[in-house]
Amino acid sequence: MRLIAENLAGERGGETVFANVEFALEDGEALIVTGPNGSGKSTLLRVVADLLPASEGKVRFEGGGEKWPTPSSACHYIGHLNAMKTALTVNENLDFWQRFAGEPALAIAEALEEVGLGHIGHLPFGYLSTGQKRRAALARLLVSRRPVWLLDEPTAGLDKASEKRLAEMMDQHLDEGGIIVAATHLPLGIEGVKSLDMGTRPHG
Amino acid sequence: MLALFLRDLRLSMRVGGGALTGIVFFLAVIATIPFGVGPDLNLLSRIGPAILWIGALLASLLGLDRLFQADRDDGSLDLLVLEADRHMLALTVLVKCLAHWTGSVLPLVVAAPLLGLFMNMEPLAIGATALTLLAGTPAITFIGAAGAAVAVALPRGGLLISILVLPLTIPALIFGVSASYGATEDPAPFLQPFLILVALTLFLAVIGPLGAALALRRTSD
Repeated sequence: MRLIAENLAGERGGETVFANVEFALEDGEALIVTGPNGSGKSTLLRVVADLLPASEGKVRFEGGGEKWPTPSSACHYIGHLNAMKTALTVNENLDFWQRFAGEPALAIAEALEEVGLGHIGHLPFGYLSTGQKRRAALARLLVSRRPVWLLDEPTAGLDKASEKRLAEMMDQHLDEGGIIVAATHLPLGIEGVKSLDMGTRPHG
Repeated sequence: MLALFLRDLRLSMRVGGGALTGIVFFLAVIATIPFGVGPDLNLLSRIGPAILWIGALLASLLGLDRLFQADRDDGSLDLLVLEADRHMLALTVLVKCLAHWTGSVLPLVVAAPLLGLFMNMEPLAIGATALTLLAGTPAITFIGAAGAAVAVALPRGGLLISILVLPLTIPALIFGVSASYGATEDPAPFLQPFLILVALTLFLAVIGPLGAALALRRTSD
């Protein structure tokens, strides 16, 4: 499977935030997108997920077959927001996303164990701390299968131990032939990845 | 899809859900009418079906602004849009509408017969009004979804939704009320306006979610 961006440009409110972005990722490859605030990291991820239209160029996903025909169908997207309902318990939230997204992978209890939240699945999501909320959101990556992970500042609010756990999760995903595009300004602690610096790129 | 229906239904029942707001508003509107109109029992029973319909219409507009905004605020809306290849977005919207109707509007229909007693309505008129509400209120939710999708990005979109949606709900109101009168007043027909009301609901069950899906696609940022 290949995730390809060709001559991609994105805009926010009519102003171009990045242009001429090109990358091609094969199975087991990761791309770390770095750059200062406002350099277009989040916009790039949203364009790749097809949540925002690309103002130029396009994103393609090859080799997905019938199961993953388009980039948006093949990806998990973790944005700034956790996409969880505060009034529902962690288990209910994850159960919903697992059913809605299909392609179930790990059971919910196992996924929570992986992110170190094994004991709090029964609590309403609203009772959790910032870091725990983020970890619960990351557990969504594990409950249903997607070849591409788009992670926007995945470590926001995480402590050192959780960052390490996330790095292990990402390593394992890459080992299984997955693809990761992560926007961050902190090192994520995974080895052998491509990088794209949005800050030093000339604006188109 | 069933999972989405159950999740939204559960949310409307829990703390902060809109299920109670609408019904309390409905109760407040109907309970104050007799005080305003005065103790003319004939007048009350004559305007009863219309007042019940207007009360239910306004009460069901109340919770509409949160239909998509709640999902937008916590990032869920992005993921619902993202899954559009697997679950057609219009279908997702339809399911959300049905859950919203079951959670927030169906209680109004259930409460309507009780509130009909406040208006000194006959049992037949109460039954007919409840039936027309059951058939007609989904139409309001379906149009409301299109309005809610247009206003989803606005911080105080509730008022805008009411202004956008209210004119479009007038046909449902007209045929709902005339069918209710048709059941009790002899020369007026019941079946014809009732069938038009049902047709309106079915028609809007297609148009509303399609329009809402289009608007959600365009406004995601």
